[in-house]
Amino acid sequence: MSEKKLKYVGTRPIRHDGVDKVLGKANFGADLNLPGMLHGKILRSPHAHAKIISINTAKAEALDGVLAVITGDDFPPPPSGKGSVEGPQDFGDMARNVMAREKALYTGHAIAAVAATTTRIAEIALKAIEVEYEVLEPVMTLERALAPDAPILHEEMRAKGEEPLPEGPTNVATRTVMGFGDVDEGFSSADVVVEREFTTETVHQGYIEPHAVVARSISDGRAEVYCCTQGQFMVRKYCSKVLDMDPTQIKVTASEIGGGFGGKTVVYAEPVSIVLARKSGRPVKIVMSREEVFIATGPTSGSHIRVKIGVKNDGTITAADATLNYEAGAFKGSPVMAGMMTIFSPYRMDHVRIEGFDVVVNKPKVAAYRAPGAPMAAFATEGVMDELASQLGMDPVDLRLVNAVKEGDTAAYGPKFKVHGFIDTLQAVKNHPHYKAPLGPNQGRGIACGFWFNAGMQSSANVILNEDGNATVVTGNPDIGGSRTSMALMAAEELGIPVDKIRPVVADTESVGYSDLTGGSRVTFATGMAVVEAAKDVVRQLRERAAQTWDVSVDDVEWRDGHAVAMNGHADDHEPLSVAALAGSAAKTGGPISGRASLNARGPGPGFATHICDVEVDKETGRVSVLRYTAVQDVGRAIHPSYVEGQMQGGAVQGIGWALNEAYMYDEKGKLQNPSFLDYRMPVASDMPMIDTVIVEVPNPTHPYGVRGVGETPIVPPLPAVAHAVNQATGVRFRSLPISPPRVLAALDD
Amino acid sequence: MAKTHVITEVNGEEAEFLCEPGQTLLETLRDELNLTGTKEGCGTGDCGACSVMLDGRLVCSCLVLSPEVDGRKLETIEGVADGEKLHPIQQKFLEHAALQCGVCTPGFVVATKALLEKNPDPTEEETRYWLAGNLCRCTGYDKIIRAVLDAAAELRGEA
Ligand code: FES
Ligand code: FES
Repeated sequence: MSEKKLKYVGTRPIRHDGVDKVLGKANFGADLNLPGMLHGKILRSPHAHAKIISINTAKAEALDGVLAVITGDDFPPPPSGKGSVEGPQDFGDMARNVMAREKALYTGHAIAAVAATTTRIAEIALKAIEVEYEVLEPVMTLERALAPDAPILHEEMRAKGEEPLPEGPTNVATRTVMGFGDVDEGFSSADVVVEREFTTETVHQGYIEPHAVVARSISDGRAEVYCCTQGQFMVRKYCSKVLDMDPTQIKVTASEIGGGFGGKTVVYAEPVSIVLARKSGRPVKIVMSREEVFIATGPTSGSHIRVKIGVKNDGTITAADATLNYEAGAFKGSPVMAGMMTIFSPYRMDHVRIEGFDVVVNKPKVAAYRAPGAPMAAFATEGVMDELASQLGMDPVDLRLVNAVKEGDTAAYGPKFKVHGFIDTLQAVKNHPHYKAPLGPNQGRGIACGFWFNAGMQSSANVILNEDGNATVVTGNPDIGGSRTSMALMAAEELGIPVDKIRPVVADTESVGYSDLTGGSRVTFATGMAVVEAAKDVVRQLRERAAQTWDVSVDDVEWRDGHAVAMNGHADDHEPLSVAALAGSAAKTGGPISGRASLNARGPGPGFATHICDVEVDKETGRVSVLRYTAVQDVGRAIHPSYVEGQMQGGAVQGIGWALNEAYMYDEKGKLQNPSFLDYRMPVASDMPMIDTVIVEVPNPTHPYGVRGVGETPIVPPLPAVAHAVNQATGVRFRSLPISPPRVLAALDD
Repeated sequence: MAKTHVITEVNGEEAEFLCEPGQTLLETLRDELNLTGTKEGCGTGDCGACSVMLDGRLVCSCLVLSPEVDGRKLETIEGVADGEKLHPIQQKFLEHAALQCGVCTPGFVVATKALLEKNPDPTEEETRYWLAGNLCRCTGYDKIIRAVLDAAAELRGEA
């Protein structure tokens, strides 16, 4: 990594897409209308678990203004066999989630859809569709799902990894075990052992923009899709799988995206709108209502976790053991694996055993949510660590310092850690005035740590030099929180031209190379790497053009601060040439200049954070108020510090919401009782204090500017940090979330 | 269904449209008048993304029926800037990085303008309570509150 002083990276320019966004001119998913466009609506199951006996669409089809009605029969058979599973995605399940076939598996499961000239007619048509169900007992909890007499969601499910494999079907999709050493031996050498159980409820990502899509079908079988998504290439691939099309038959343009947090990493209405558009011959727009977003998209898993940790009197961990049960929703694929891989990773240990179960229940199929699986795991481990610290009479930060993983240590899930700043975050917390500030009555302070892997994966970028010397930076990653400007900053640094002379663009699937979706905290790292390489490609060409102009060897030309500079004894003969001059004369020196890069980025670098939370508990009402909050995180290098702080603040507040109030509440029939922002209580401005941030920068050696992912780690520590603060304020250990007023009152009464 | 004829003023210009009795103002703004800067986050009055001013009062346009605006004055996000020139609130939102995804931003800008017209020197607490009807899931509110307080100072001529 070069030690040269950076001119643009680390500054805080106004984001390029900002003006449009404050003016209301930016186009989000629901903002596009096409001529002749129809409005699509989806009929959703009123039952959490039911066999679909028959669907009669005749009356709906007969209505004036209805141009298409579709059911599962209008889709190709769900993919099966070879090619139907890719990583965590099972496209057969995905097809059934997009449109139910044999069974409705959660309240809100799509059963049929209509396209009509107005949304009102579409709504009337939905009511005219007759569905006969055979209602089955819903499975709404882990406990019920695992009971021997539990109703079965999927007859073919067989608990992969269970030994011996059960003969009959189960609701356990997978059992996984990992670890090393001998935990019994480890626990026998411990002075103190604490073992506890923790539960968290189903929670939603809560992005403010509901899912929205406009699709049109073109005569040669192609389709064009415009939608809010975290990945236009993901939508292309998933639609192609569900609809049995070639990916290149589908063009996807990502609109501006109004939040995702992982929830827009799969398809829901996109394939439905394509089928409706095909059947009606008209463009079709589907915009979900907020209720639909709650009942049929997201959420993340409810969980039950048991953690046991043994320590010596000096705090050294001797062994750790955990069992994690995560709800997957209606189809397999909870983030239990990520929960297992993160649960003990902040700490060094010789003996560890981790067991995890992926369990299906009659709730919407979970989608990724910011560090998927990790916050609940941290809630459990950090909870036990906090209790161990108090039993040992140790400062909770000191207990972490004794055990914190360092470079070269083996993570509990296997690999060795590369350089990172975990210990730096702990030291920063210890030295922060917040950590020593006095507390009043009914107030408490908690700290907790969090770890997230961060992702690399595939990205592409084009850097196009324009004839005026300005540059266009084209990538394939929707900008969900200021990433365009981070791309521009890195390009500016490489090219040596001001960041406002660079136009960062998010392109459609036909205008840039394949890029994996915006997620995994990977864009500034991986797509940033591609941008840097593409910009270097441009610089190389600029040096060649200068060499040609001066008739010197390219080795005699250096790129310095936006200029080609002659070197090695040629300096006196040639004035430096600016980007603008070289761009202006490009026609004469060989034609337009552009650079490109496509890569599969490795070595994203782990993210560690430590948070401090102060709360006050109102003993009359049970309300917990967060008084002060400080988030400390190793970010590698902050390309645009304001947006790094923003990720830390936003993640912290989402985590606080999860800790204190957010939870899906179902009735006994499996109907969601709180599918609105009124009753699903996310934090509002008056709930929160300012969120202080401390950016720690331990550069990631695999990235040209030292970036490590930032966005996900901040949601990991808040769940335990809040709980520990409440414990200090009340003396009660809350091991079930949310720590909502009724639960606090009940606990204080005991 | 018989449609209602409505004449109203939107951002200083007369606007005329036909609407169904149950059609919300939000639907009319977005679908009839093509003013898509006003966003829908919930349709039930719980997120503030659809905030507009109706006769100088801050309202959720998803809770107003279109026939109700006949003969009245509306101001939407599209009317906040003075042509190309950003309103100081918009400028401060940009300078403070008070938006991440930006879908809540039009609602916050309109609600902030309403606040500062009523109370040019709000405390942090007053600001937080005034904006409690506007949800933002991305920012954790910190930078939004800072932007609002800074915009207030600027509008008072102190910044
Ligand atoms: S859309 Fe009107 S308040 Fe949410
Ligand atoms: S910036 Fe995304 S909701 Fe506020």
